[in-house]
Amino acid sequence: MKGGAEEHGDRSGHKLSLVSGLYFLAVPLPLPIVNIMFKRLMVAITTKRPELFARLAGHYHKTFLINPTNLPFVIELSPDPRQPRLRACRRRSTAHADASITGSFLTLMGLIDGRLDGDALFFSRDIKVEGDTEALVSLRNALDDIEGSIAQDIAAILGNLGLFALKVTRRISDRVHSH
Amino acid sequence: MIVSIAIKPELVCPAGTPASLRMAVDFGADAVYCGFQDATNARNFPGLNFTFAELKSSVLYARKKSVKVLLALNTFPPAGKFALWKNAVDHAVMLGVDALIIADIGVAHYARVRYPDIRLHLSVQASASSPEAIKYYCEEFDVKRVVLPRILTIPEIKALKREIPCEVECFIFGNHGLMAEGRCGLTNYATGLSTNMDGVCSPAQHVAYEEGRNRETTTKLNGFAIDCFSCSENPGYPTICKGRYYAAHKPEGYYAFEEPISLNLAELLPDLVKAGVDAFKIEGRQRSKAYVQKVVSSWRRAIDQAMAGESIDIPDLLSLTEGHKQTQGAYESKRWR
Repeated sequence: MKGGAEEHGDRSGHKLSLVSGLYFLAVPLPLPIVNIMFKRLMVAITTKRPELFARLAGHYHKTFLINPTNLPFVIELSPDPRQPRLRACRRRSTAHADASITGSFLTLMGLIDGRLDGDALFFSRDIKVEGDTEALVSLRNALDDIEGSIAQDIAAILGNLGLFALKVTRRISDRVHSH
Repeated sequence: MIVSIAIKPELVCPAGTPASLRMAVDFGADAVYCGFQDATNARNFPGLNFTFAELKSSVLYARKKSVKVLLALNTFPPAGKFALWKNAVDHAVMLGVDALIIADIGVAHYARVRYPDIRLHLSVQASASSPEAIKYYCEEFDVKRVVLPRILTIPEIKALKREIPCEVECFIFGNHGLMAEGRCGLTNYATGLSTNMDGVCSPAQHVAYEEGRNRETTTKLNGFAIDCFSCSENPGYPTICKGRYYAAHKPEGYYAFEEPISLNLAELLPDLVKAGVDAFKIEGRQRSKAYVQKVVSSWRRAIDQAMAGESIDIPDLLSLTEGHKQTQGAYESKRWR
């Protein structure tokens, strides 16, 4: 797997500095506060998107590890509609996960935003998957069947700042992935 | 390349979810093909496909925009399990799909006898490539269109078209699998599940990716190592037919059946139109709506350009292809593999 930041940096130098900047901005983030926000987001999405869980079938109780290589934390997702959980944690304190997906922040954002194709990212080694493949395929298909996208939902919940951040992220992602 | 032909071929696009179907409809499909969430179709993957309720709303969405919905019922019912396929036929007809894509003669017979007006297409899974085989399905089950296996050259397709009483549909883009559609037993051998009866080629629950010390990735299916990609290589799907194997005469390892590669017939599009192909099919029900959007819009434009007699300008789709490699396969020449 190519390192996300380096890889995109190869494609375009100024994006490397932008992603590196994102990393340094994220380092001092207090994860307990991030997790309060994550909890709010997860409850809101669970309420808004009940259809998401139907496609997960028997995999909603599993734990997925989302690993953005150029952020200083990983994200644990447990998409159980009765007890949904989204939690950021430092890499050294990661608990057991049934499946994991690794890629740069922009790549993973593009996936949950429905703008990038998971198979193509796998073919180009922009993402790496490990663990329970069936659970990952179910999650991928569940996210892909959303009208709009989860990223858009999250941005809307976060208000104007969230929508602006999504717009900027999309613009950068489009430029990076069009190369 | 310039071509000017009066009859416009249909663009037939894949949809694994309702969101993908809407994407295909909105970006220029003439018809969309999809399947139910069970073994009645050959993309029976976790989290993919349509419930009866989803198909109902999808048919309504497509119909409003004059786009057809074709239902893939292209697997072979094992003895004692025919009820699942009958139920699928019954629901598909009730929900108003425009055609059923069938492969099994029992399913074809049931659909034809029970619903004389339903249009039947013969799936590539039937592997019918000779005039005799195709005529059999036309005469016995009133099949209106055959999806051709990817084993024929364009002159052969042209000659075949003159001899058969039905429309011809050809794949133009996507996964380029082992050329034994409907007959492949490799997954069954390795996992006990059948591509052709359970609808699962390389079932996800048996697929594992393992990273080695040098960041190489080993792909395994039910414990069988299929391939090992160094960090500079582009991997493909975890299917046995795309694996690399060691043999006494190939100690360095080689692709014994097929290699990770995708079909792309952009350059042959004018010749296919001239050969009288009635419909062009894009593979990829397992792919995302992002793939559907990009591929469908690109091919829509290319077909429109071909029909208008303009030169064809199709964007580079290589980044979406398996193994980041493309081929014209047997369409260009019998030398393929």
